[in-house]
Amino acid sequence: MLPKFAYVRPDNLKEAVEKLSAEGAMVHAGGTDLLGCLRDDVLDAGTLVSISAIKDLRGIRKTENGGLRIGALTTITEVSRHRLVNQKYKGLAQGASEVASPQLRNQGTIGGNLCQKPRCWYYRGEFHCLRKGGTECFAAEGENTFHCIFGSDSICFIVHPSDTAPNLAALDAEVNITGPKGKRTVKVEDFHVLPADDVMRDTVLAPGEIVTEIIVPPVKHGLRSSYRKIKARRSWDFALAGVALALVFDGDKVTDGRVVFSGAAPVPWRSREVESAIIGNILDGKTIRTAAEASVKGAEPLAKNEYKIGMFQGMMTEELEKIARAEE
Amino acid sequence: MKSKDPAKHTHARGSCECRKGITRRGFMTRLGVGAAGVAASGALFPQTAAAKEMEMIKAGDMAKITLRVNGREHTLLAEPRWTLLYVIREKLGLTGSKIGCERGECGACTVLIDNIPRYACMTLAVEARGAEITTVEGLMEGEDLGPVQQAFLEEDAFQCGYCTPGQVVAAEGHLRADPDPTDDEVLRGMSGNLCRCGAYPHIFKAVRSAAEKRRRGKGGEG
Repeated sequence: MLPKFAYVRPDNLKEAVEKLSAEGAMVHAGGTDLLGCLRDDVLDAGTLVSISAIKDLRGIRKTENGGLRIGALTTITEVSRHRLVNQKYKGLAQGASEVASPQLRNQGTIGGNLCQKPRCWYYRGEFHCLRKGGTECFAAEGENTFHCIFGSDSICFIVHPSDTAPNLAALDAEVNITGPKGKRTVKVEDFHVLPADDVMRDTVLAPGEIVTEIIVPPVKHGLRSSYRKIKARRSWDFALAGVALALVFDGDKVTDGRVVFSGAAPVPWRSREVESAIIGNILDGKTIRTAAEASVKGAEPLAKNEYKIGMFQGMMTEELEKIARAEE
Repeated sequence: MKSKDPAKHTHARGSCECRKGITRRGFMTRLGVGAAGVAASGALFPQTAAAKEMEMIKAGDMAKITLRVNGREHTLLAEPRWTLLYVIREKLGLTGSKIGCERGECGACTVLIDNIPRYACMTLAVEARGAEITTVEGLMEGEDLGPVQQAFLEEDAFQCGYCTPGQVVAAEGHLRADPDPTDDEVLRGMSGNLCRCGAYPHIFKAVRSAAEKRRRGKGGEG
């Protein structure tokens, strides 16, 4: 049985924001991550404010300039199957279809996927770790097979669990947010918080703020995108390593683009090292070898996750070879 | 094992509510629910149904909710923290949906919500208001097994059977959305359901066979 909480399901955003001012209030969208956190006593909610009845937050539509507006409550399945997403943003479609299991994709929302709590077993377990307000990271010297190789600042070693966020960051998408002080927009790239900035926060959301929609910019001419996720088992799991590519080609040459890792860091991890190895170049064998080496430059593996070094290099090689041959 | 075993038909065809999932256990539970429903229906809740659904339910309080399960409306008092799985099993007596991991990983609790497979253990009952919920009990066609159930039986797609209701409902939901899936789509569609006995090859065959049965529209006669 879940711990007790109050519950309210307003049908409009204004009221949802008002209700979120209650002590310990939390947003319930799909609930797949939230209920797990409540059951494991990771979170303690005084009140759940369910936004699931706010119809304005559902669905995908074209924006005026030819991009996409994805309502925060759009399910992951809807994103993965949407015609425009599949036609224009293949990486995002692949990322969404790699999220969890069919049932969870049917329930989980794109907004929720960005706001997920980490899957570190110490954080989810009965360990009062730094991220829960404790004084110690248990993964640093503990079982750290699935932990990060970048971005920990030797503080907290989680990896960000989202498969959609790296793709949205690679596409330079933005998050629209509504809160008690009104609306604001944040780039997906800047939406997540590194341990060095605040170890107890996952995202920049302030109390009372709700993700309302995700805006994906129009496709640049020559854009190719892809997502690769390596898992410990074939059916479904979180990423051991993953990479979202959104590269702009002019003929065979990469002229612009982004490379964002999953399974690598406490936030979706933009690899400027790989980007600078490939932008301006043709993806030939030499460039790809350089990019693969660059993908792990500055990595700091832990006692039990050194395998990720070779894994990222191998994955980078395969994915760049693949996207060099891909169609737009 | 066959559903058509005449010995099992102790009541006239068409008069029974097996399809609606009434079991002895469910019947007993329903008596309790009925009493609670009566208590809740009076002056305590004078507003309209829509307005009521918008109201804050305090922690530990119960509110009257209506769930539509297998084509039948159930009104009961529920705490917001009750999962749909808990309500279906413990309050409505529909024990086909199983408790497995209770953390959204195994699929034993899979139900259809507006035709879409979801984990009932990760869904609050209050969130399922207004939706059409289908459990494995709702997949019967009168006294006969539905096509997916029949296919699981014929293909021997289980050993212990604990995961089977979830597997059957997941398959049904998948086939409703995609009546003619490829082998890969079957594997992906069924990937949210674990079988600890490892009957996967038979489950795979059963889903293929169920797809055919459904397309032929000859549910129980396969």
